[in-house]
Amino acid sequence: MVELAQLLIYGVVLGSIIALGAIGVSLTFGVLRFANFAHGDYMTVGAYLVLPFYAGLQLPVAAAVTLAIAGTALMAVLIDRLLFERMRNAGPLVLLVSSFGVGLMLRSAVQMAWGPRTLVYESGIQLPLLFGPLRIKPDHITIIIGAVLLVLAVHLLLTRTRMGKAMRAMSDSPELARVSGINTAQVILFTWVAGAALAATAGFFLALDTNLRADLGWHFLLPVFAAAILGGIGRPYGAIAGGYVIGIAQEFSTLVISATYKPAVAFAIMVAILILRPTGILRGN
Amino acid sequence: MELLGIANYLVLFLTIAGVYALLTLGLNVQWGYTGILNIGVAAFFAVGAYTSALLTAPATAQPPGPGLPVAVGMLAAMPVAGILALGIGLITLNLRSDYLAIASIGIAEIVRLFLKNEEWLTNGVRGMAGIPRPFAGVDIAGWSAGGALYLALTIAVIGVVFAALQILYRAPWGRALRAIRDREVAAEAMGKNVLWFRLQSFVLGSAVMGLAGAVHVHYAGFIGPEAIDPLFATFIVWVMLIAGGSGSNLGAIVGALAIWAVWSVTELLGQIPEEPITGFGALRVFLIGLLLQVILLLRPQGIVPEPRE
Repeated sequence: MVELAQLLIYGVVLGSIIALGAIGVSLTFGVLRFANFAHGDYMTVGAYLVLPFYAGLQLPVAAAVTLAIAGTALMAVLIDRLLFERMRNAGPLVLLVSSFGVGLMLRSAVQMAWGPRTLVYESGIQLPLLFGPLRIKPDHITIIIGAVLLVLAVHLLLTRTRMGKAMRAMSDSPELARVSGINTAQVILFTWVAGAALAATAGFFLALDTNLRADLGWHFLLPVFAAAILGGIGRPYGAIAGGYVIGIAQEFSTLVISATYKPAVAFAIMVAILILRPTGILRGN
Repeated sequence: MELLGIANYLVLFLTIAGVYALLTLGLNVQWGYTGILNIGVAAFFAVGAYTSALLTAPATAQPPGPGLPVAVGMLAAMPVAGILALGIGLITLNLRSDYLAIASIGIAEIVRLFLKNEEWLTNGVRGMAGIPRPFAGVDIAGWSAGGALYLALTIAVIGVVFAALQILYRAPWGRALRAIRDREVAAEAMGKNVLWFRLQSFVLGSAVMGLAGAVHVHYAGFIGPEAIDPLFATFIVWVMLIAGGSGSNLGAIVGALAIWAVWSVTELLGQIPEEPITGFGALRVFLIGLLLQVILLLRPQGIVPEPRE
């Protein structure tokens, strides 16, 4: 019982990170209609950008993460302007191939800037807090609370703001959104900012929980997409649910199968949902 | 001596380029002919390589095997890679193309984990050594001609695959695939079974990739889960196809040669300075990524564009 509860905590931590990544993927997919294979590497860039501000300039964590988010968002917008925008007419599959290449370029850039070695934000061991027999690291509490706040922010954005409503409209029907006078260029810009900001935070949380490697985000792309598909691609709320389902399932799977096959669990769930209900839990587009 | 060194290097260069040419031809059947997006090229390559290695490894190899002829291994690599493709294709090919791309990442990851962890079969991270290399040790007038002879075999394999794919491209089968790629709804309205054609194209392309793996393993004599970086191998094959010209088999071969030449020349450039440049490997990967973007923006049809009908 204690073991299950402990695994549940790890699952919620992992699920929080996956959910943040999956919302970003779902938003960009809904508005721009293409699966961004560089999204995992946006996470990596976000995680690494914290380093110069935190370890370098000795800024407080919150300020360093905010600056890293801003940097990642700027990068995402620039990449869209330089590449994706010019290829949009060529169709979503060409964009996908291009984004695959962008991801590899970002990974290489990270390696050039920070070297091939694994890094951490802070060395030393964090003592877990004990809640009865359960052990929780302070970082895990940061991750869970941070994710809940961001999910809430996304919810408010989508339901209460003009921009959020415009994003949903574009996701439901791009043509209808355009004829009803929505400034699509502005919506696209904002979608990249929001998606990249969530990716950067997810990357920071992931690196906080593990460590910094150039392929950090790439290996997270599969669970992130699995969560987005599970929830119904283009449906941010579904992505949140999908993220937690995949995270918890991956942790619980270690009870039955070897932990080395953890990444396969996300894949298995994705395959199952593709067979049973290809549109996902919340009928995606 | 100097000339001999250059000749040996050229043989090495062309053999590896030949393996890439086979991979690119396989991807062309999927992406170029039909518009199927496969990001798991390395997985089918690895499955082919391991299949042939397991069947042909002699009793003295590490780990020992049944020691079947190399031809058997190469021929078996194709159906095994094809069966893997059939399984994954049945699930994803009637869905949207981007779902297959995502699923192919999953397959690649699982194949990598399997090869790494299932030591009883694959010897795990240590990999498999002592796999037969045809013509190894053949000596013609003091020159060890094994490499050159294997290159000739590789070229022959490419020739057969190229000819077969050209015939299929011109056949009604190839036209049906292109119809599905360009106008899926129209093809369906004409009574074409879209899923069935996609499945055939995906399986055929993956079988060619499996063959590429077998050709590689009998050249190297060794295969391990880290022998090639799966992600980079997949990526460079994509760059080769797009650069050469998706849809064109000749373009696939030209693209493989051109991009492998660029890659090899940049490697040689890195060896000129006395101090190794830090991050040079990453810089090369970055530049190949940049090259892909430039091609997509400026010449999306590639060096040898697909012929217009």
